[in-house]
Amino acid sequence: MKLDEIQTNLLKTIADLEETPRGAVNIRIDGTPVMRHSSPGIQITPKLDKPGFDLVVAPGTKGETVHVPVILTKSGLKDLVYNSFIIGEDADVTIIAGCGIHNSSHMHSQHDGIHEFILHANSKLRYVEKHYGEGEGKGKKILNPTTTVHVAEGATIEMEMVQIAGVDDTVRKTTVHIEAKGYVKMIERLLTHGAQHAESDVEMYIDGAGGSGQVLSRSVAKENSAQVFRAALIGRSDCTGHVECDSIIMGDSKIKAIPQLVAEDARAVLTHEAAIGKIAGEQLIKLMSLGLSEQQAVDTIIEGFLR
Amino acid sequence: MLKLKDISMVVGNDQGENREIIRNINVEFEAGKVYGITGPNGGGKTSLAKLIMGIYMPSQGNIYLQGQDITPLSISERAQLGIIYAFQQPPRFKGLTVKDLINIARPGIDNLHLRSTLRDVGLCPEDYLDRDVGPGLSGGEMKRIEMAQTLAREAVISIMDEPEAGVDLWTIQKLIAVIVGRYKKNPRLTTIIITHNENMLHICDEVLVMENGMLVHRGTPEEIWPHIKDEIECKMKELCSGDIAYEIR
Ligand SMILES: Nc1ncnc2c1ncn2[C@@H]1O[C@H](COP(=O)(O)OP(=O)(O)OP(=O)(O)O)[C@@H](O)[C@H]1O
Ligand SMILES: [Mg+2]
Repeated sequence: MKLDEIQTNLLKTIADLEETPRGAVNIRIDGTPVMRHSSPGIQITPKLDKPGFDLVVAPGTKGETVHVPVILTKSGLKDLVYNSFIIGEDADVTIIAGCGIHNSSHMHSQHDGIHEFILHANSKLRYVEKHYGEGEGKGKKILNPTTTVHVAEGATIEMEMVQIAGVDDTVRKTTVHIEAKGYVKMIERLLTHGAQHAESDVEMYIDGAGGSGQVLSRSVAKENSAQVFRAALIGRSDCTGHVECDSIIMGDSKIKAIPQLVAEDARAVLTHEAAIGKIAGEQLIKLMSLGLSEQQAVDTIIEGFLR
Repeated sequence: MLKLKDISMVVGNDQGENREIIRNINVEFEAGKVYGITGPNGGGKTSLAKLIMGIYMPSQGNIYLQGQDITPLSISERAQLGIIYAFQQPPRFKGLTVKDLINIARPGIDNLHLRSTLRDVGLCPEDYLDRDVGPGLSGGEMKRIEMAQTLAREAVISIMDEPEAGVDLWTIQKLIAVIVGRYKKNPRLTTIIITHNENMLHICDEVLVMENGMLVHRGTPEEIWPHIKDEIECKMKELCSGDIAYEIR
């Protein structure tokens, strides 16, 4: 497989890929899988009835990392894909996903990923997903991920979703179910600018006793962009849950943050924190007194905040 | 050399009236010397420091650095010319670490220097370098990290606003030793310490007392200290005259 420069750069940005990764990998470009390898512990096979793959991690597989990036460089393409990630008992792996769009035309480019995660008992998954768009065309870069996560007894998932630049429109929907002693930590990092619009809607059901869920979101909205963040924790047992959304608002942007707690069991302990505010003047002054210009100070504060 | 000429500053209060919080200050700070500024709370010490850093603008007067009129310059420009101000109440950041801030204060600082700077303010580098300068730090830790940035920058003019506040006695001694060893003996550097601490005042070459926005006394620590003590007694008597008899020895 020969990649052009745009494709190579996109892969580097979203998945830190500079050469063919070792181990299991699935790279999808412009709606077609262009590279697919399995490893002894991780099998990737195409779905038979619709576009997408099943990624199956064998029980007990430990320490492997698998890359599954998607890139779109053809404008006007609407890519829809269904991927399932099935993590076997006691496995402990990392999945690096991500979607990069290059659009230099007036037509929209869109990738909708329907993802399903099934974690079997006592398995452990770290999932990292970066969204990135580039290209000067008027055509929009659109990403709409829909994710369901099922965490069985004693399993743990840490999901890190990052969207820092260039995506015009996103509607993200995530539904999570946690069984006894399961643990979920979802981290979202979002930056919007221009006329971008980003929505994220998380529903986390903590069904089992000793289950625990955390949703931590940090976002920055610049210029005329708009963000809506809703995270609902539904405690249905002797469980704990925490939502934190913290945003910096700039320019004429709009942010709506809606943390929501629903307790359906008297033993559920659910908490939330939400804050929206502009960059504090004192912070700017402090960094300027160390020699940064005002713009450098703003950039430094935002970069740190979203790290 | 830093020179303040006829500096005044007027602020508006909640009732819409104007109040002069800095009144016609004329003073020169020479290179190679350590200055102390002390005086009652609300006397105008922090405001004066902020005027020098460019955080506040004077309503009258000019500030000169090595002969150049820096009054119209921004905070960033003054910082680049060699002024630094260690805040009385340093702001907190989410996501910036101790290492980040020291790196900004001194771009390209090497690892050895970075670590020795933290030790100078009594912090163990292993424990603190990667800590967020955020809500998870105590007041005393914030002050020490603030001082670490100032020491790392080693600016021509360093203004330290109550470096001792909330800091334990061991660290105060350490700071005093660093200021004496590194700043007082360096003929290039001017150091201004705003302080309420007697030991800090005693390492200064000259002490200025500010009250009501004015410079009311000026002299060596030995000359100034008796004045300050007398005034403390007077103040206490004023405060305590009335139904409670109060004897001050
Ligand atoms: N930005 C401002 N707006 C209005 N009033 C101010 C402002 N800054 C300072 N002041 C007032 O000016 C006076 C001097 O304040 P300043 O902070 O300079 O005192 P200070 O000598 O540093 O006191 P302390 O020893 O308590 O730190 C106070 O009465 C304060 O309320
Ligand atoms: Mg003060």
